Amino acid sequence: MTDAWHWKSACEIRDAVQGGAVSATQVAEDHLAHIDAVDGQVDAFTQVWRDKALEMAAAVDAKAARGEPLGPLAGVPVSLKELLCTRYGKTTCASKMLAGFESPYDATVVKKLEDADAVFLGKVNMDEFAMGSSTENSALKTTKNPWDLTCVPGGSSGGSAASVAAGECALSLGSDTGGSIRQPACLCGCVGLKPTYGRVSRFGLVAFASSLDQIGPLTRTVEDAALALRVISGKDPMDATSADMPAADVTDALTGDIAGLRVGLPREYFTDALNPEMREKIEQAVDVYRAHGAEIVDISLPCSNYAIAVYYIICTAEASANLARFDGVRYGFRHPDAKTVQDMYVLSKSEGFGPEVQRRIMLGTYVLSSGYYDAYYLKAQKARALIKKDFDAAFEQCDVIAGPTSPTASFAFGAKSDNPLEMYLSDIYTISVNLATLPGISLPCGLTDTGLPAGLQLIARPFEEATLLKAAHFYEANRGFDMGRPPIA
Amino acid sequence: MSKITESDVSYVASLAQLQLDDATRARLVKEMGDILSYMDALNALDTEGVEPMMHALPMTNVFREDEVTPSLPREAALKNAPLDDGAHFIVPKILEGEDAS
Repeated sequence: MTDAWHWKSACEIRDAVQGGAVSATQVAEDHLAHIDAVDGQVDAFTQVWRDKALEMAAAVDAKAARGEPLGPLAGVPVSLKELLCTRYGKTTCASKMLAGFESPYDATVVKKLEDADAVFLGKVNMDEFAMGSSTENSALKTTKNPWDLTCVPGGSSGGSAASVAAGECALSLGSDTGGSIRQPACLCGCVGLKPTYGRVSRFGLVAFASSLDQIGPLTRTVEDAALALRVISGKDPMDATSADMPAADVTDALTGDIAGLRVGLPREYFTDALNPEMREKIEQAVDVYRAHGAEIVDISLPCSNYAIAVYYIICTAEASANLARFDGVRYGFRHPDAKTVQDMYVLSKSEGFGPEVQRRIMLGTYVLSSGYYDAYYLKAQKARALIKKDFDAAFEQCDVIAGPTSPTASFAFGAKSDNPLEMYLSDIYTISVNLATLPGISLPCGLTDTGLPAGLQLIARPFEEATLLKAAHFYEANRGFDMGRPPIA
Repeated sequence: MSKITESDVSYVASLAQLQLDDATRARLVKEMGDILSYMDALNALDTEGVEPMMHALPMTNVFREDEVTPSLPREAALKNAPLDDGAHFIVPKILEGEDAS
């Protein structure tokens, strides 16, 4: 073995393990060694499950030795965001509140990955309770961007993106409430897919904003994202909001044929708010579609300017309700000084939740409080309907929407952490997709002059992941350059 | 002038069951004021007659068969409890007065 397995794609590893060219154990050992070599700098992993990984890999190898057919993720090394419930290890949500939490059950997606013969390497960092855009809100550690260790990996799935970008795993599962898969994927130069709301079961995903949250894959190739989606999607009796649609078989859609594809460019996404260098990268990406016969359509999403306001009303309102469960009774942190039940609630929450989580609980409580409900929450729900309507109208003119994922490339630690509103504005291009329940993907589209990745975002109609992935795969195959590897590796 | 006052912030904190120190309260007056002012941009959007989007998916009444299925064993449910007696979650005494036991 001369070539390192840790830079192989999930599909390559799966094929090699299924074909007997390599054992799952070898692949796992190679990845664990690479984690040992680079994670001291990247700090993506919050828990490395060495024993568990080797045990799972050995089980895959034993299955192969018995001549049994191997699953679609045979031997593929995976990292899991800290908010996905696993019976093994801890599920901390990167919060002091859940520091020692051991889930009594596995999330549905975790079970599906295991059934597909994937190998879990451990858990990765995130913004506390998925609230943030830089992973700086973690109570556990500071994850760095593998392309520049002085810059943030994005967030909230920053550990997922950094671990994939640094070659520490081929696949990570993250969650996306307002861009938390796509934005870190963009900043770390990998592929991040946010499926349609309802496509993937949320059972075992610690809830942030239940009408917006979706689990999705971060990978280095579009094909790998398609493979992972096929494994994790589908109706789940444990999640009443999971859609009764057949599991997406999208790998077949990666035909490389975009004849007749209509690509919409929302004029509201190409304004002064978009960094000129990012704009140039996005326009070059659009040129790839144009040059291969796609029809480029000028579209409008008139309510785009309201999206951030709508999002931060709805997500904080839902968060304030969801996080009320952390009361120190059944699980999580209980303040040792609490003498009364009321004290137990107040002291445990005040000590257990970090500043950004408390800020969002406060905002959410305010917009739901008597006298403000109509002005904020109800108004936002109406505006959300209009935002969805904008997309419905746009998708009569085009099949996919193309634009930036983030207004800028990655930024230095501390650059936005003192100004919550400025941090919120970095979600401008991703949040509408969650509000409108659509599938969206971010894929690398080049490096800036300072060597930081830029990301192209594509958006499709609900449950049309096949169209989305087909368009993404076409760009990836025809962009005409290789993203290379981050200097860390 | 900020959108909200210190007493507003204190009131919301009591609803949210959070205890704020003076510095945090002062910081939140400013931050929440800025964010809420930003949200006021929504007032410019005409939502007259618009049906609010209360659900992400157009689904209603997701039922399952009324069958008994296994649930979480008691030990598993109590595993993460800060305090328990093997059968119950234990919390500080709720009612004032003499201990009945």
